Amino acid sequence: MKRSRRNPGPFAFGRPSTARRRIFALHKDSRRAKKKSMKTAALRVLVIDENRIRASIIEAGLREAGHEDVTLVHDVAGIGQRIAETNPDVIVIDLENPNRDMLENMFQLSRAVKRPIAMFVDRSDSASIEAAVDAGVSAYVVDGLKRERVKPILDMAVSRFNAFSRLARELEEARSELEDRKVIDRAKGILMKSRGISEAEAYALMRKAAMNQNRKLSEIAQSLVTAAGLLGDDA
Amino acid sequence: MSDARFEISAGFLPLLDSALLVAAREKGFAAAEGIDLTLVRETSWANIRDRLAVGHFQVAHMLAPMPIACNLGLTPLAATTVVPMALGLGGNAVTVSNALWHDMAAHGASGDLSPRAAGDALRAVVAERTRSGAAPLRLGVVHPHSGHNYELRYWLAACGIDPDGDVEIVILPPPLMADALGSRALDGFCAGEPWNTAAVLLGHGRVATVKAKIWRSSPEKVLGADARWCDANAEALSALLRAIHHAAQWCAEPANRAELAGIMAAPAYVGRPAEWMLPALSGHLVTAADSVVDVEDFFVPQAKAATFPWKSHALWFYSQMVRWGQVEHSAANAAIARETYRPDLYRTALKPLGAALPGANAKVEGALPAPTPVGSAGASLVLGPDGFFDGGLFDPDDLDGYIAAQRNLAG
Repeated sequence: MKRSRRNPGPFAFGRPSTARRRIFALHKDSRRAKKKSMKTAALRVLVIDENRIRASIIEAGLREAGHEDVTLVHDVAGIGQRIAETNPDVIVIDLENPNRDMLENMFQLSRAVKRPIAMFVDRSDSASIEAAVDAGVSAYVVDGLKRERVKPILDMAVSRFNAFSRLARELEEARSELEDRKVIDRAKGILMKSRGISEAEAYALMRKAAMNQNRKLSEIAQSLVTAAGLLGDDA
Repeated sequence: MSDARFEISAGFLPLLDSALLVAAREKGFAAAEGIDLTLVRETSWANIRDRLAVGHFQVAHMLAPMPIACNLGLTPLAATTVVPMALGLGGNAVTVSNALWHDMAAHGASGDLSPRAAGDALRAVVAERTRSGAAPLRLGVVHPHSGHNYELRYWLAACGIDPDGDVEIVILPPPLMADALGSRALDGFCAGEPWNTAAVLLGHGRVATVKAKIWRSSPEKVLGADARWCDANAEALSALLRAIHHAAQWCAEPANRAELAGIMAAPAYVGRPAEWMLPALSGHLVTAADSVVDVEDFFVPQAKAATFPWKSHALWFYSQMVRWGQVEHSAANAAIARETYRPDLYRTALKPLGAALPGANAKVEGALPAPTPVGSAGASLVLGPDGFFDGGLFDPDDLDGYIAAQRNLAG
């Protein structure tokens, strides 16, 4: 029974079929699938992401949702072989990957892909497509899968991608805050040494310059440090 | 922050022919038209397509055949995309590995970039490899729906090499081409600049021939625009086309080449040395460590109606989609291709400027063997030479005949 659900259908091999024909096949197959029993095999999911941390976050989410058959790929070298081996139902890929054009071409043409793959599960679902592109993730889904089965996977990928971006942004902010503090301390030291003033006075001087020039304190500090470095009297 | 009347976001890939869009922003032509133009560098053509489809971009730097493929439903996700303007003519080349060039030279390739001589030498190399049981040569292009793919295939086929049987054609992002050649993952590639120059200057390959000689005066990238946005924002679109028109004039001025190379070299754009940009801009192409070949019209940003979206260009790309099995030929599909390119939008925007406009919307590709002054509305205009290196003619009024003849060739 599982095998028959994975019937490659009429457009799996040979000349490239158009997306339109694949979408048609998808609708036809989903009608057929509806008549089948509700109990269906677990989906095989392939996650292609060069970012290992993000890939692990996606994987954890998939496993929590009960998807045991998850494969992570970080390097697209030999991806055709991996796809042939894992025979995925759903492929999740980050939009930063420069190899999407190569992968899409492979989905359409290669014999490595046993079944035709379309992007997302339903082209008319523009809200979830937009959410995915906003989040920076894309998904390719094998023909014949029911929307209800794939949608939770896509939604999960989107929310995990968003969570990861938030985390990365917070980390970046924390990092730059730390850097800012370091450069301000160095600039204070330079001023204290060159002008023979106190730390509080040095700080006040920079604050005043920042306000007068409508710039950030860290930018004023960075200019001071750079200038001191150029003049060879870096403290 | 600004008093711009229009806000437009455009996606682009790090390629030299994004220059017209970049100059429109950086040299103030967009601002002068009241446009706050945001340029977003992308990593794949698929991203450009997706982000245009979901409305992140209103327009984008696109491979000339890509909007046609989108409208024909050949891509996984796409909005109806129109082409109101081309972004120049020429600009790509075929570069082969040093090892392959060595073999081609042994079979008479001369290094003058002649497609015929290089193709004949390549056919001899392919035949020799077949006899000796060597693996087929692997050639890279950036996208299945690209001028690179169709021009490479046209060149190979016209030289007696079957692009689907005698060689293997693979897809790779342009910035990876030079390294792939160096690591021997590829034997050759067809891609836009500066990636051919990069391969040569890094010592990985040699330019064998150029698009400007395979199909003269042909478009490489176009401005793809979301049709829904164009319909609702005719004024903004016209302003953008005028800005790009002025940018194209600026890019075409030889005195501006060094500055343009510097702008394109910036990290936000191509992010590679300015010296890599100059050969394509000047036409003094560095084809090997010890060889510079002057290529007339290697990249034409403005002259010869270089930004005009000819319907005959759209239909030739369509004929190649049919030829290589990407789409079935039908009157309805041909109409979709023809209507994708929109010279009417171009005319509406540029007519008030008194710009040189061609009298027709389509032309017979290959009808002009030499530069020819043509009747145009307003200013004087010179077109051509155009057409294909093998002397083939493409008459857009005889699309069916052309497609049938192609089929017979393949048989």
